[in-house]
Amino acid sequence: MLLKELSELNGISGREEEVREYLRARIKGKVDKFHTDSLGNLIAVKGQGRPGPKVMLTAHMDEVGLMVLGIDPSGLLKIGAVGGIDPRVLVSKPVLIGRERVPGVIGAKPIHLQEKAERKKAIPLKGLYVDIGAKDREDAGKVVKVGDPVAFATQAGLFGEGLFKGKALDDRVGCAVLVELMQMETDFPLYFVFTVQEELGLRGARVAAYGIDPDLCLTIEGTFAGDLPEAKGHQVSTRLGRGPAITVMDRSIIVQKKLVDSLVAAGKAQNIPYQLRELTVGGTDAGAVSLTREGVPSAVVSVPCRYIHSPVSILSLADYHHTVQLVKAFLEGGYFLERVD
Amino acid sequence: MKELIKKLTDITSPSGNEDLIREAIREEIKEYCDDLKIDRLGNLIAFKHGGGAKIQFAAHMDEIGVIVTYIDDQGFLRFSNVGGLSPFQLLGQRVRFTDGTLGVFGLEKLEQMKDWTLNKMYIDIGATSKEEAEEKVAVGEFGGIIQDFADLGRRVAAKSMDNRVGCAVLIEALKRVQSPRNDLYCTFTVQEEVGLRGAKTSAFAIEPDLGIAVDVTLTGDTPEAEKMAVGLGKGVAIKVKDQSLIAHRRVKELLVRLAKEKKIPYQLEVLTRGGTDSGAIHLTRAGVPSGVISIPTRYVHSPSELIDLEDVEAAVQLVVAVMETPCDPENL
Repeated sequence: MLLKELSELNGISGREEEVREYLRARIKGKVDKFHTDSLGNLIAVKGQGRPGPKVMLTAHMDEVGLMVLGIDPSGLLKIGAVGGIDPRVLVSKPVLIGRERVPGVIGAKPIHLQEKAERKKAIPLKGLYVDIGAKDREDAGKVVKVGDPVAFATQAGLFGEGLFKGKALDDRVGCAVLVELMQMETDFPLYFVFTVQEELGLRGARVAAYGIDPDLCLTIEGTFAGDLPEAKGHQVSTRLGRGPAITVMDRSIIVQKKLVDSLVAAGKAQNIPYQLRELTVGGTDAGAVSLTREGVPSAVVSVPCRYIHSPVSILSLADYHHTVQLVKAFLEGGYFLERVD
Repeated sequence: MKELIKKLTDITSPSGNEDLIREAIREEIKEYCDDLKIDRLGNLIAFKHGGGAKIQFAAHMDEIGVIVTYIDDQGFLRFSNVGGLSPFQLLGQRVRFTDGTLGVFGLEKLEQMKDWTLNKMYIDIGATSKEEAEEKVAVGEFGGIIQDFADLGRRVAAKSMDNRVGCAVLIEALKRVQSPRNDLYCTFTVQEEVGLRGAKTSAFAIEPDLGIAVDVTLTGDTPEAEKMAVGLGKGVAIKVKDQSLIAHRRVKELLVRLAKEKKIPYQLEVLTRGGTDSGAIHLTRAGVPSGVISIPTRYVHSPSELIDLEDVEAAVQLVVAVMETPCDPENL
């Protein structure tokens, strides 16, 4: 299963090799050509040179995670965060280190040794370490190095009724949507861009967009769903099972009204459920792309995911399929063609 | 000038929704430029030929505002800020959505004042149910705070003086300039309040030799104000530094020299927070020497931003002076 395989690959920001190699093998033959740019973005294209607007789809390959910052004389590994990660989700989680996938466990001072004040607070990152079962620094140094990426060891799979759980769904679900969309035939050039380092500041998308110079960009994301008992209606933002979420505004972009309207029209015309993303927090690759060169009209469609930026998140497979359908309907229906200069 | 400022500040055009203000400005300037275009992001660019250097003047036409994020069963709207909006400025105020729908701000009952955030506020549009509210407003709708223009004589107060007064300065300069000696690209930019976005893409397209933003700045002349050397009525402010830009030394010197030569009252401005379109312009492509001509303004990002018309006049004169002074692009 494409989504399961993508979820179980490890690729923290700046160390996306595993994901990129997998995708290169997976998309071979499905596109006219593809290449990896100098920052590591994987750029595939269908119909290059055809008349009509250059359309760019993006999904980021990277995930939030940790990096080995040092090895203690005891053989325990000091770690730092890569991307926005809440230290409260880390304690006691199994992890995998580096390409060799050395298993480890995130450890912390046991409750018996914690001062009273410490017990009331979340343990900060500098109070956490990764235990790989080494007896000392020398022993640990045989299998890990400073700078090695650390990813959550989470098995992905089907879950509940029509749900799917796994790590890094932000944004491997977007990568999966892009791969599925490669079956489309279009009469305009269509770029599939798998970006790097989104979680550190939309870095890959910025340079990829400069190189491609597209007329339109659509970013496919995994966004947070707050449909939980303690959330009030206006704090929920997106809900599982209600269809892909269309962004009106977030911290990185105000989507042009005509693009929001075109996506909504595509959903209505094909009876594909959709929802509007109801909070304005967060940012996506579309923010960086939209400000590239003379500006690129850009929009965002997201698959709602509960518990993103943690070792395991949950999405609805119906939302996933509907996202593929919505983007396809939007592109095939030509809703945007008249909208592009 | 007073009428023009009133006309522009009366318009509701929050970031990303600049259609109304752009149309009003286009009407004002269409007779006074050689070419007029609207780019992909919605920036309005007026070109006037004059030779010399390519100078981009930038005045942002958007204003801070709100966006509807949720409509509850009783028909109350929850909202988020568009640009820097303080919850404390909103209570008792009214909002107008881009389609004309009106609403008033309300606040949940709070245990403590420090819990007062935008999340605890809502907009009441007089609807009695979700269905009734949805007939008027949808999630994703943008609105701006409304407030009557107040004519205080030499001084005036209005909402969105940031930066409709800058737009008015640029419009007036375009009308007044007799013999431009540079190629002028007067840009009325979009989405400044959410991150200098329109300036960034328009500067890429224009590739100017020199960038000058026209925008408001803060003052330090009110009771117990944070220390700042700029005061209302003391002339146009020439920017030295803010959070987005260290004004290019030669651009700053050019502005100071012209102000002295033309006997335009001016003051130097060091702003410790905030930025302007020049912050984006000066980092475009291989870099653009840039500065800022500022209009001192009290109560910025409130519904009653207050300015002195003599400072506005000085700003217009300084902009015209730059337009009419041949600048050598090789010598900036």
